[in-house]
Amino acid sequence: MQQTEFINVVMPFKDKLYRLAKRLLVSREEAEDATQEILLKLWSKHETMGEYKNVEAFAMTMTKNFCLDRLKSRQASNLKLVHSNYRDENVSLQRQLEAEDSVRWMERIMEGLPEQQKMVLQLRDVEQYEFDEICELLDMKPTAVRVALSRARKTIRQELAKKHNYGIG
Amino acid sequence: MELDNIEKLLEKYFEATTTVSEEQTLRNYFSQENVEAHLEQYRPMFNYFSAAKEERYTKQVPLKPRKNYYKWISVAAVALLTFGIYFGNQYQERKQAEFAYQETKKAFELLAENFGRGTEKVAYLEEFEAAKQKIYNND
Repeated sequence: MQQTEFINVVMPFKDKLYRLAKRLLVSREEAEDATQEILLKLWSKHETMGEYKNVEAFAMTMTKNFCLDRLKSRQASNLKLVHSNYRDENVSLQRQLEAEDSVRWMERIMEGLPEQQKMVLQLRDVEQYEFDEICELLDMKPTAVRVALSRARKTIRQELAKKHNYGIG
Repeated sequence: MELDNIEKLLEKYFEATTTVSEEQTLRNYFSQENVEAHLEQYRPMFNYFSAAKEERYTKQVPLKPRKNYYKWISVAAVALLTFGIYFGNQYQERKQAEFAYQETKKAFELLAENFGRGTEKVAYLEEFEAAKQKIYNND
């Protein structure tokens, strides 16, 4: 597989890899590093890539494993999450502030979810993968995927309701 | 009617039994301006998902075709070694042959010298023969 061909194959889903990495690693820089790492790994395998029937699924699984490894080693070395990509609240327009506020809220809620639920939610609600694809990517049973997804969604609903009521009251 | 549908879909959504297209319907509904007041609380959720999908990976990845350099270096080294041994051997063989040739030449020269000495002596014999003939002829 040549470089241009490789890029044509990888281009359509490189954003998905990045978004999954960011979902798991939270920090933008780390997600970028992870994505680069994955793409380079893929490139080093480009000669045999024709044999994989689904490069995207393969890459997504690689990303998942890579990020989980990262998280594990981060936990082991007892490093704290650093996320520098939260902006200050100095946005002038009220509406913009509200919109941004809710995005930040959502981000924070999603950060609080367990890794597996994060991934399922990311793959389903952001990337709109079908259930069987998610099963394959995460190596989970269909019922497990459904349960995780339902739990994740309900947790978000609960958190949002809390905030919503709080906002009114 | 539509609201009814949305509420039903929401219920299914939280049980994770909606299809991808039904979820798209929900996202579309919440992306519009007028959302029912009691559903307003779900709006950030769906809007967030739509927004999250917009994020792009913009960094350039240096895909230089860093071929396995070492592989080719080792191939070159092996080739060089083979040539070296081959031509080295040839050179040595030639040297040996030359040495043998020189030795043989020396031996032949020695032989030739001795032969020369031999013929010198034979010259006396010829003298004797000639004298003998003279004597015979005089008789």
